[in-house]
Amino acid sequence: MIAAMMASSYNAKEEDGHHSGSSSHGGAGAVKSKKPDNTAFKQQRLPAWQPILTAGTVLPAFFVIGLIFIPIGIGLYVTSNNIKEFEVDYTGVDINSPCYSCAKNFSWNSTQSCVCSVNFTLEQPFESNVFMYYGLSNFYQNHRRYVKSRDDSQLNGDLSALMNPSKECEPYRTNDGLPIAPCGAIANSLFNDTLDLYYVDSNSTKTPIPLAKKGIAWWTDKHVKFRNPSGNTNLTVTFQGTTKPVNWRKPVYELDPSEADNNGFINEDFIVWMRTAALPTFRKLYRIIQKKSGTTPTLPSGRYILDITYNYPVLSFDGRKRMILSTISWMGGKNPFLGIAYITVGSICFFLGVVLLIIHHKYDTRNNSADIPN
Amino acid sequence: CFIRYANCVGEENWVDSRTVYIGHKEPPPGAEAYIPQRYPDNRIVSSKYTFWNFIPKNLFEQFRRIANFYFLVIFLVQLIIDTPTSPVTSGLPLFFVITVTAIKQGYEDWLRHKADCSINECPVDVVQQGKVVRTQSHKLRVGDVVMVREDETFPCDLILLSSSRHDGTCYVTTASLDGESSHKTYYAVPDTMAFRTEQEVDSLHATIECEQPQPDLYKFVGRINIYKDKEEPVARPLGAENLLLRGATLKNTQHIYGTVAVYTGMETKMALNYQSKSQKRSAVEKSMNAFLIVYLCILISKAVINTVLKYAWQWSPDRDEPWYNHRTENERQRHVVIRAFTDFLAFMVLFNYIIPVSMYVTVEMQKFLGSYFITWDEEMFDEELGEGAQVNTSDLNEELGQVEYVFTDKTGTLTENNMEFIECCVDGNVYIPHEHEDLFFRALCLCHTVQVKEEETVDGIKRGIHQGRPTSFYISSSPDEVALVEGMKRLGYTYLRLKDNHMEILNKDDEIERFELLHVLNFDSVRRRMSVIVKSSSGEYLLFCKGADSSIFPRVVSGKVEQVKARVEQNAVEGLRTLCVAYKRLSTSEYEEACHHLTEAKLALQDREQRLAQAYDIIERDFVLLGATAVEDRLQEKAADTIESLHKAGMKVWVLTGDKMETAAATCYASKLFRRSTQILELTKKRTEEQSLHDVLFELNRTSFFFFCSRLSVDCLDFGLIIDGATLSAVLKPNQEGAAHGNYREIFLEICRNCSAVLCCRMAPLQKAQIVKLIKASKEHPITLAIGDGANDVSMILEAHVGIMGKEGRQAARNSDYAIPKFKHLKKMLLVHGHYYYIRIAELVQYFFYKNVCFIFPQFLYQFFCGFSQQPLYDTAYLTLYNISFTSLPILLYSLVEQHVTIETLKREPSLYRDIAKNSLLRWPVFLYWTCLGVFDAVIFFFGAYFLFDNTTFTSNGQMFGNWTFGTLVFTVLVFTVTLKLALDTHHWTWINHFVIWGSLLFYVIFSLLWGGIIWPFLNYQRMYYVFMQMLSSGPAWLSIILLITVSLLPDVIKKVLCRTRSEKVVSVELELRNVDT
Repeated sequence: MIAAMMASSYNAKEEDGHHSGSSSHGGAGAVKSKKPDNTAFKQQRLPAWQPILTAGTVLPAFFVIGLIFIPIGIGLYVTSNNIKEFEVDYTGVDINSPCYSCAKNFSWNSTQSCVCSVNFTLEQPFESNVFMYYGLSNFYQNHRRYVKSRDDSQLNGDLSALMNPSKECEPYRTNDGLPIAPCGAIANSLFNDTLDLYYVDSNSTKTPIPLAKKGIAWWTDKHVKFRNPSGNTNLTVTFQGTTKPVNWRKPVYELDPSEADNNGFINEDFIVWMRTAALPTFRKLYRIIQKKSGTTPTLPSGRYILDITYNYPVLSFDGRKRMILSTISWMGGKNPFLGIAYITVGSICFFLGVVLLIIHHKYDTRNNSADIPN
Repeated sequence: CFIRYANCVGEENWVDSRTVYIGHKEPPPGAEAYIPQRYPDNRIVSSKYTFWNFIPKNLFEQFRRIANFYFLVIFLVQLIIDTPTSPVTSGLPLFFVITVTAIKQGYEDWLRHKADCSINECPVDVVQQGKVVRTQSHKLRVGDVVMVREDETFPCDLILLSSSRHDGTCYVTTASLDGESSHKTYYAVPDTMAFRTEQEVDSLHATIECEQPQPDLYKFVGRINIYKDKEEPVARPLGAENLLLRGATLKNTQHIYGTVAVYTGMETKMALNYQSKSQKRSAVEKSMNAFLIVYLCILISKAVINTVLKYAWQWSPDRDEPWYNHRTENERQRHVVIRAFTDFLAFMVLFNYIIPVSMYVTVEMQKFLGSYFITWDEEMFDEELGEGAQVNTSDLNEELGQVEYVFTDKTGTLTENNMEFIECCVDGNVYIPHEHEDLFFRALCLCHTVQVKEEETVDGIKRGIHQGRPTSFYISSSPDEVALVEGMKRLGYTYLRLKDNHMEILNKDDEIERFELLHVLNFDSVRRRMSVIVKSSSGEYLLFCKGADSSIFPRVVSGKVEQVKARVEQNAVEGLRTLCVAYKRLSTSEYEEACHHLTEAKLALQDREQRLAQAYDIIERDFVLLGATAVEDRLQEKAADTIESLHKAGMKVWVLTGDKMETAAATCYASKLFRRSTQILELTKKRTEEQSLHDVLFELNRTSFFFFCSRLSVDCLDFGLIIDGATLSAVLKPNQEGAAHGNYREIFLEICRNCSAVLCCRMAPLQKAQIVKLIKASKEHPITLAIGDGANDVSMILEAHVGIMGKEGRQAARNSDYAIPKFKHLKKMLLVHGHYYYIRIAELVQYFFYKNVCFIFPQFLYQFFCGFSQQPLYDTAYLTLYNISFTSLPILLYSLVEQHVTIETLKREPSLYRDIAKNSLLRWPVFLYWTCLGVFDAVIFFFGAYFLFDNTTFTSNGQMFGNWTFGTLVFTVLVFTVTLKLALDTHHWTWINHFVIWGSLLFYVIFSLLWGGIIWPFLNYQRMYYVFMQMLSSGPAWLSIILLITVSLLPDVIKKVLCRTRSEKVVSVELELRNVDT
């Protein structure tokens, strides 16, 4: 791209071949000559490509960029528009919202979990795989105190770190004299709402939609970066002598009662949470709804019920909780930004090309007429 | 550099002169009171450090530099308080820089130690108790009697007592002191010159009184008192001709005895002369420091803004401590003021990279390595002299591209200093035989200080020269004298030699005439003449004098003055150097009187110079004019071309010469300093005699200013100013005549500013320096360059920003910052090398600030999205390596090899030099542009990534990325943009550029792959694990990287196209050159 912007011309200079050999090799004079070597480098005469950046040479580059960027932008924009996305805010701020009471009556000490249901309708069917996210707003996962509050060697299965977590985890390092596993603020604040999705058909019967929890975390995280201490056999024994994070209801080895392989540090929900988000408003992958075989859409249009086990308080810091359903293309989720940006930049380049062409043309004619008398 | 020896002798003991007891013998009773004085031993100490104090002293010196100190403070802050980045990020680069500098300085000092050692331990022969004892040099003490053999160097400053030659002389070269390789004659004291053996020398009972050490190599006053058998001591004068200097070498003399006279060790004239020169700072360095202060302000204000916003934002406890993110107990108990202060420091640490350590290292490396291109330049090598350009300091490279005033010496710099005898005029007739003629030629044969170079034949027998031998030649410090003596030889009068104080001349009839040389009244630049007093074989006393016409004519009482004067003036107009010759006969009584005056003056310990001058003045008067000579000094090749180029490049060229006005003006016309169209303004003594200085100045100012204003329309008129030494000193004289005249200086400067060429003639050496100083101190503070070849130019060279040397001796070369063999090389030196160095370092400085704004500004923006918590955007490895490795090499290479236009274009189009005049690439608007560009790019990087990450996913498997991917994306765009920006600025792509630019990008990618590729043991975090690979596996990440790079580079490309930094002129010249090539 850069090369195309420049008029290129190789200007390989010949090295002047007049080596005055005798003087440069001492010779009969016996006086060592101080004559410098006649090498291209020392004489600053290395052959060089000398691009000249002028209106005439940059013009085509602008047009080329414009012509490449605009189609890419259009493609991205169309792709992004074809992606279906649905979002439900279930925080329960509004008095009419179904989770209002759950949000209001939240207490850390209650043993009974509060359940609320949100009804919503999908106008259009969702084809192919659908990805279910939970989104949090105003939640500073990127706060410095928060980001560093973890012990990667503990999470990697290091036994000494398990019993003696890093100081960075303070004040979530020990509880009642026992080391916390997993330690730190990030682990302590693990998102623990449970979301279940039901399809309501025309007969008002609730059909649960199967939600897959495999493949929501990076493969390398699940298999390399996060490891349970001393293999995966009998986690209860392994974690003996440690205690669960203060805010957790269950210890780490009981995170997923349904699947034995998904417990301990390699629980995928846990791994997803441990990758701290870049911005205070973020979403995290919760479940995947696999496409059914045949032509039926993964999520047909119609009425749905979202059952929420409301465990996670966000109102205290003015946060919001959302559930997002989204299809995915090769370029990810719905994001018109990239397409629009490409179209804009392409258009600007094209426009600049035109402007420059006019300027260049005018300047050139003026210049030529000035040159003629010389 | 030598450390000046600290004189620890108390105030009361400090005296104007010192007394040395030869052989440490007690003075005889009745002599003056014995004042014991302590002298240093003969140890030379040039090293700075010892083994023990190296580390503390070196560290102290390094941290005295403000930049190093700043980084040390940052490092300590990181160690003490809890900061966002680990101390390694600033400690490692600092450690690297400090270590490299310490190793370099340590090595240099070790070399100095070794050199000192070999000097201090070299064997020396000392006469003790009548025997020659071998000892080590550093054990010599003041008063020791030393024996020196042929080709040995003197171990300290010695007074010559006796020599193996019968006439009590010895020959010495002072090549290592002042570079003059000719043999100089030194004389023994007459009373001791007969000593032949150690015993005789040891029996000497004498004291030497002399002045305290001072650095002037050519000045020495002293007195030797010789005690013989209870008689009154005999006092003899000692002068510079008796003092053998440390560092000089004995030649053509088997051995000598000398006493360690005055000065040992660090008090020798050689050591005193190695005082470090005053540091000259370049304009670029000054602007760099100004920019640094701006960035420091930016840094502090960023930190303050963020701290204030942080406390405003976290006013509500929900934000300060939400349930998911509690503080530790310790932190909670800390007072809020302390918390705020540590937060401020933490922000400082987070943003401290905006002032990079590596910039200083890179600038120094650029200067050091870059200066090699000057010494390597083959075009600046002179086959004849066998020497190329030489760089004595690399600190001023870029200053060569900023020169506004060039002060040049005339003789030897503009001209060849290869004198050729053209004609002589005897009694007004141009060489027509006459009765006076014989005397005239004899005068020229006798009145000089020329030495005859003795030739050595194969069998080692030394022979004098013979007439007609092609191998014989004359040596003198003045080329004029050689030209004259050789000219006389052609006319039939050959000067043979000086033997036993008799000058021998072979006259026309092949007879040898002998004249006894009684006195030489040496040449000096104030008197501008020299004389000899000789006694002819017939017993007649004759005084011959030759000198500048202005100093001879007023002292002439008879002779054909008018005719000679006319001829002299005609010759001067033709650009020839003229000398007048006169003589007078002395009666015996007159001679005695003259002798008396001279001896008295020579014996004086105080004010010897003035008294000598007075004596000379009394003796040199009432001459009979004999005639005049004319010597041609040809212009150096391409001198005119060079001056023309310098003019076109917008430099003002001043010629400063001691020559007379007409000669100098002729040279100036020949060298195209003045053209036919130049209007000459004269400010000479002749004119100020008619009008008052005041009126002349105002008139000239009016003329020049009026025309200068109107010149905008008619640009063919330019002005040349001629000023002479007398008028100059009147102009520069501090205002004695009331305040109204105090602004002569200003008016003079005003006139000079409007003149493209100035000729200052009849200048004394010190006046040359004064002029340079005057211009340098004027309100624009222009950058000056002085070029000269003689010892009389040294003061001017030291004063100017950049000094350059020539041929007459090496003293000028030694004191200059750059030395070139010929005047014509100045063109390439300034127009090509100077230009390149300037644009290179300017880009280097601007680019460094730019890339660090790009680097740090996104971190600043990120604080607004992470609750002002000082969360770094980039990983520690990236923070540390950004300036050290990812972006360091391309700019270093650029600053070494960039050629924005070709060498040929620069040479052909000197006016291109004007484009960079007055530090144009480092002015505030340019700096502002770069900073704004940096901020713009940083905003693009950050918000580009922000909108891409904004609440969505951009992987095809729906998985999410975290904050480290965000930072890595910004960082990747940053590294690519910053490197490609440099690629856009590169106009000269050699294979090395390709290699380094693409290589460093490749290195970044490979490093990132490796850094995220494995779980690093011994590292307490694994946050970068697979982050880079995951990012690259996503299509939108690629697309946005390309998009953001394009957008960031776009403004600069548009600016380049619109501003057309390369003027059409350059392009046309370049195209023309290319057409010639093909």
